[in-house]
Amino acid sequence: MDTKIFDKLKILAEAAKFDVSCASSGTTRNNPGKGIGSTSGWGICHSFTEDGRCVSLLKIMLTNCCIYDCAYCANRRSNDIPRTTFSVSELVELTVEFYRRNYIEGLFLSSGIVRNADYTMERMVRVAKDLRTVHKYNGYIHLKSIPGTSRELIAEAGLYADRLSCNIEMPSEESLKLVAPDKNYQSIYTPMSYIQQGFLQGREDRQKYRHALRFAPAGQSTQMIIGASQDSDMKILNLSDALYRRPAMKRVYYSGYIPINTYDTRLPAIAAPPLVRENRLYQADWLMRFYHFKVNEIVNEAHPSLDLDIDPKLSWALRHPEMFPVNVNTADYEMILRVPGIGVKSAKLIVAARRYGRLTSGNLQKIGIVMKRARFFITCNELAANTVHETGPEYIRKALTDSVNPKKRKTNDRQLVIDFGE
Amino acid sequence: MLYFIYDNTFEGLLTCVFDAFNRREFPQKIVRTDTALPLFTEPFRVITDTDKSERVLNALKKKISHSAVRMLFVDFLSELEGIETVIFRYIQKAVTAKTSIEMNFADADVLELSKIYRKVMREEERVRQFVRFQKTADNIYFAVIEPVYNVLPLTGRFFKTRYADQQWIVYDAKRKYGLFYDLNTVETVCFDSLDISPAGNINPEKLDESELAFRILWKDYLKAVTIRERINLKLQRQYMPVRFWKYLTEKNGE
Repeated sequence: MDTKIFDKLKILAEAAKFDVSCASSGTTRNNPGKGIGSTSGWGICHSFTEDGRCVSLLKIMLTNCCIYDCAYCANRRSNDIPRTTFSVSELVELTVEFYRRNYIEGLFLSSGIVRNADYTMERMVRVAKDLRTVHKYNGYIHLKSIPGTSRELIAEAGLYADRLSCNIEMPSEESLKLVAPDKNYQSIYTPMSYIQQGFLQGREDRQKYRHALRFAPAGQSTQMIIGASQDSDMKILNLSDALYRRPAMKRVYYSGYIPINTYDTRLPAIAAPPLVRENRLYQADWLMRFYHFKVNEIVNEAHPSLDLDIDPKLSWALRHPEMFPVNVNTADYEMILRVPGIGVKSAKLIVAARRYGRLTSGNLQKIGIVMKRARFFITCNELAANTVHETGPEYIRKALTDSVNPKKRKTNDRQLVIDFGE
Repeated sequence: MLYFIYDNTFEGLLTCVFDAFNRREFPQKIVRTDTALPLFTEPFRVITDTDKSERVLNALKKKISHSAVRMLFVDFLSELEGIETVIFRYIQKAVTAKTSIEMNFADADVLELSKIYRKVMREEERVRQFVRFQKTADNIYFAVIEPVYNVLPLTGRFFKTRYADQQWIVYDAKRKYGLFYDLNTVETVCFDSLDISPAGNINPEKLDESELAFRILWKDYLKAVTIRERINLKLQRQYMPVRFWKYLTEKNGE
């Protein structure tokens, strides 16, 4: 084995680490011909790095050379960093050997842009093609599509990849133009719609012919940076909502901005990445995808940003006390889903279990409901306790935020500290 | 107090059910052969009979869905103390009830078994996550793991489809048996003596020559993809419990 591969792996893994997408779900490959690998169900996280993020796919760049100069990116042209490129065979060998040892679930391949979009994309597609055709590899492949790629290459990529993605990078076109003058929304949306058309076409073909080739069966995903521009949560979530309306769009990822190029004054100087805001955005995202919430219920003109102290579901509930308390023995599934402290699984359990008899708060607790939050918003087969109407939303907000690890709160920011200089 | 004693097999447990209904005597508890019995018990030794267990299984399938029957088997693999008695009570309720009881989560036994099912399946997922194969000189991929529950039987099919073109062994160091795939079928194997280090590593001389290089590459890779601004060791431990680190290639010796 060439010893250069050790350095290459370090450099190119480091270069790819800011891509958030890690999902290896949404597709099934059964490995019928006794090749390598299979894909099914939710995907598997094989390891976790010290930042707590999962490692499911071998997330790596083909090259970190790039002709673009985007302000937020570590691999921008004007940065003085070691540059290197994998050959197709090196990358294929690495993927297969890692896969055989159960280190990874598949490959996530991204790349800096060399010469032009199509030249880069073509080499990425070759990696995927080699894996699928030469090595009979049935593991997961996620290919990044380079902004401005032609329709032909997207069409080929879709045949080998499970998921394609095209990062939207910034929540609005103005902010994108500011930090990435070489990119625009058109160059991102065009490949995105090629993927969508291919996906729909592939799905239709499969309905007609059982052996029709699948096109990116796990759809596409995208990613945007949070906290690097002035865009509000309302803007961000409305954009995600619009993206989720596209049939092939499976995931929108939010990446808390980490200042890498601190010398670039177009980006804000921040001390720590906005991790809480990122978390709240993901929670809001989940509400839209799994909890039947509409985007304007989570954020609207009156409440353009998400509450950082409490999660968006509780925040909605406190703004709408008129919807509560919910009787768990009679209410619709949709309404039970909206109760803070009840998740999708528990809501389903409740709906299934109440057919056998009335549920009591003891049952609910055993089912796994977080009564600490839920008790203000439900009634069950018992005497009414203090609900949101008796206590008032303000009390609940205080009770639930103060109880969140009081020890962890380093200082009480409402208490004035007088320094006596001892 | 009537105690049934069975031989630690699922068939044995089903035979207990058959015998109980047959004798119209329902045990207080069902215990394994190696259990020390308390004073004042009336033990009854159940002799495992596949015909009887088949009949119970068929009767069960008429009352509850196939997935619920499978759930019982998965619960059995948890090897938790007293699980036999809970499964017995569940079967007793399922057989005598007019309608299927499997969704009645207000019933303590139904809820408990569904919770244990989730725990066991979670452990099975962790085996799939954290098994790390090492390639030996004779082209066998070997892995050691110590799951809390006896979940290896559940993972065989998964590894068989995924690694269909390589020979592999997944070895449970706690229960001293493993699964071996010889490119055609998966079989259970036991080793009299196993030449591995406490961290599950095979003697380096018996490894494939490229194996150590790939281990280093994997460790390097994980270091490189860590975002240092976001270090969160607690979260890492939450997702990847420390009890698995012993046999993880990337955590060896930590």
